[in-house]
Amino acid sequence: MFGYSLSDLGSIVVMQGFSGLSLFSVLLLMALGLAIIFGQMGVINMAHGEFMTIGAYTIYVFGKVTQQYFPALLPYYFFFAIIAAFAIAFLVGYLVEYLIIRHLYKRPLDTLLATWGLSLIMQQIFRSIFGGREVSPNLPDWLMGSWAVTDTIDIPINGMVVMAVTIVVTGAVIGFLYKSRWGLKVRATTQNRIMAGSVGINTKKVDRMTFAVGCGIAGIAGAAFTTIASTGPTSGSQYIVQTFLVVVFGGATSLLGAIASAFSIAQAQSILTFFLTNAMGKVVTLLVVIGILMMKPEGLFASKVRK
Amino acid sequence: MKNRWKVNQWRHAVVAAMGVALSVTMANSFAAKPPTSQVNTTGLAVTDDTVTVGILHSLTGTMAISETGAQEAEKLAIAQINAEGGVLGRKIKYIQEDGASDWPTFAEKAKKLLEDNHVAAIMGCWTSASRKAVLPVLERDNGLLYYPTFYEGLEESKNVIYTGQEATQQVFAGLDWVAKTKHAKTFYLIGSDYIWPRTTMKLAREYITRVLHGKIVGEEYAALGSTQFGSTINKIRLKRPDVIYAAVVGGSNVAWFKQLKAAGITGKKQTLLTLSVTEDEAHGIGGENLVGFYSAMKYFQSLDTPENKKFVAEFKKMWGKDAPIGDVTQAAYEGPWIWKAAVEKAGSFDTDKVVKAEQSGTITFDAPEGKVYLEPNHHLKTRLRIGEWRADGQADIVYTSDYIMPNPFPKGY
Repeated sequence: MFGYSLSDLGSIVVMQGFSGLSLFSVLLLMALGLAIIFGQMGVINMAHGEFMTIGAYTIYVFGKVTQQYFPALLPYYFFFAIIAAFAIAFLVGYLVEYLIIRHLYKRPLDTLLATWGLSLIMQQIFRSIFGGREVSPNLPDWLMGSWAVTDTIDIPINGMVVMAVTIVVTGAVIGFLYKSRWGLKVRATTQNRIMAGSVGINTKKVDRMTFAVGCGIAGIAGAAFTTIASTGPTSGSQYIVQTFLVVVFGGATSLLGAIASAFSIAQAQSILTFFLTNAMGKVVTLLVVIGILMMKPEGLFASKVRK
Repeated sequence: MKNRWKVNQWRHAVVAAMGVALSVTMANSFAAKPPTSQVNTTGLAVTDDTVTVGILHSLTGTMAISETGAQEAEKLAIAQINAEGGVLGRKIKYIQEDGASDWPTFAEKAKKLLEDNHVAAIMGCWTSASRKAVLPVLERDNGLLYYPTFYEGLEESKNVIYTGQEATQQVFAGLDWVAKTKHAKTFYLIGSDYIWPRTTMKLAREYITRVLHGKIVGEEYAALGSTQFGSTINKIRLKRPDVIYAAVVGGSNVAWFKQLKAAGITGKKQTLLTLSVTEDEAHGIGGENLVGFYSAMKYFQSLDTPENKKFVAEFKKMWGKDAPIGDVTQAAYEGPWIWKAAVEKAGSFDTDKVVKAEQSGTITFDAPEGKVYLEPNHHLKTRLRIGEWRADGQADIVYTSDYIMPNPFPKGY
């Protein structure tokens, strides 16, 4: 068939399938934090990409420190660094909510402007601290290779790591949101803020936690992406458009929507890119998304928004 | 507040005194210094002791990553020229403006430098888009730009000196080399989706099919900023090209090489020749992801000549030992020196006279990359080198071409 042997084609199908799943986990991981913040709070966080950059630089700094002081730990530091990436992005998010966001809840469009300004400020801070050049985090060797299943099938290990991180984080988010008390409060606040307040939920505290957790997840995403993409002051802005695409397409308030949307966009893009060109694959995917959004303006899975 | 003011005044006084002392010594040591009225008839910012130039690069925005090295090299060259006594006995002062990765801003800042500051020359720009934006301003105000980046060619402005390679200087010799040493017959072309990769690949496509009688098995352009190459890499796998010929830029470049490695496509198994990886990019991509791949450039930091060793040492002394030096950084370093040579040949800072000197075909410079010749078409006659990347982010030079004449308007392409 087309001059290729059957086993070759088989390998390509396997690898192509993996590449679609890998893109799915990348998109989902990008979008999760934003989906929580946008979906549960109605805040449009334009600085989402920069919180990812915080995660990426955390890996870079941890890598440097480990190499300098604990070279024996180099193969393992990545796991600790990912947790640290969450913690640092969480803390920054917490502060940002306290200092900026909470004053703007009644003016949702202003949050857009404020967080965009914040993203510019953060980019300049990264540039001042780490320099304008891209850096290359010192990633453990085992993370960067490929797993040769057969002679013709190579599965990227970094892709599998990103996938594993996505599964864990998504599981944790669903767990927290639907099984924990915090999740109950968040959902109550989302559905009806005044009622939630009147039954004794501290809605301000809930908001702050939600925003911080969303930022923390962005930090994890940024940390995981150091294995597949660049680390520089503006790396985060590479993701922001696609992130919004996933969240809006999925239906802003629905976590399930984000998952479904990431999956369909990833598969469409991955398959189309294989058969068309890279650029055309993106164009066709976007056209389909726009078409569907015209018919279903609230996205794939619409649910109740905050009153 | 009051005290600080006083301290400032005092400082100014000291600086002024030093300036006077300096100019007196200079006047003595350069007795033959031509008077300002003679070397500057068009109202440029030239005094008896100083001449002002502009540096115009992106210090902020996405391009800051790439343009950092260029402006560092220009400042180094200016400092060295000043240490040698300056240009026509005048020290170079520079005014730096930030193009902010935004092309209209580049034009606006160029206008400011030329019309408000009256700079004698501008060292700057990096992307073709920024150069194209600045071009009308330069031509209207009759300014001079020294442009350091390797680029797509198809341009020759009276007001621009191109110290980087135009496309034919980077493409043909590299393809010759890979076809000969790797016996390559099939090529897969991949670039970012904008003018430079598109034009360059067009040249490459013609050259491969017509001159090398090779075959293009795939050609692909990725959107700028795209970070997902999974499907593209699978396509390449299926086509099994002898050579992957790549010109991916920016953050995408890092993603591209990381994902290639993760897909098991490494220098051991696959020949890859790229036009868009210098030591600067290697710094961000990580040398371990590049091992065994090749870059076609006119300069590599590892070049083993006394001139280059001196340049590298002085660059690191000024900008830190970790600062990588790429092809464009070196080309940017050539800018101020070539301007100096042209001004001294012209005996004047006036743009028209400097341009005339530049077009005489006699301006040369012993650059870190070796001697370069400024041709009348405003481009440099240089060599091309092929570097093989090592894990430490430096390249071993495996091939050096003869001198290649610049030919910004190749016929038949």
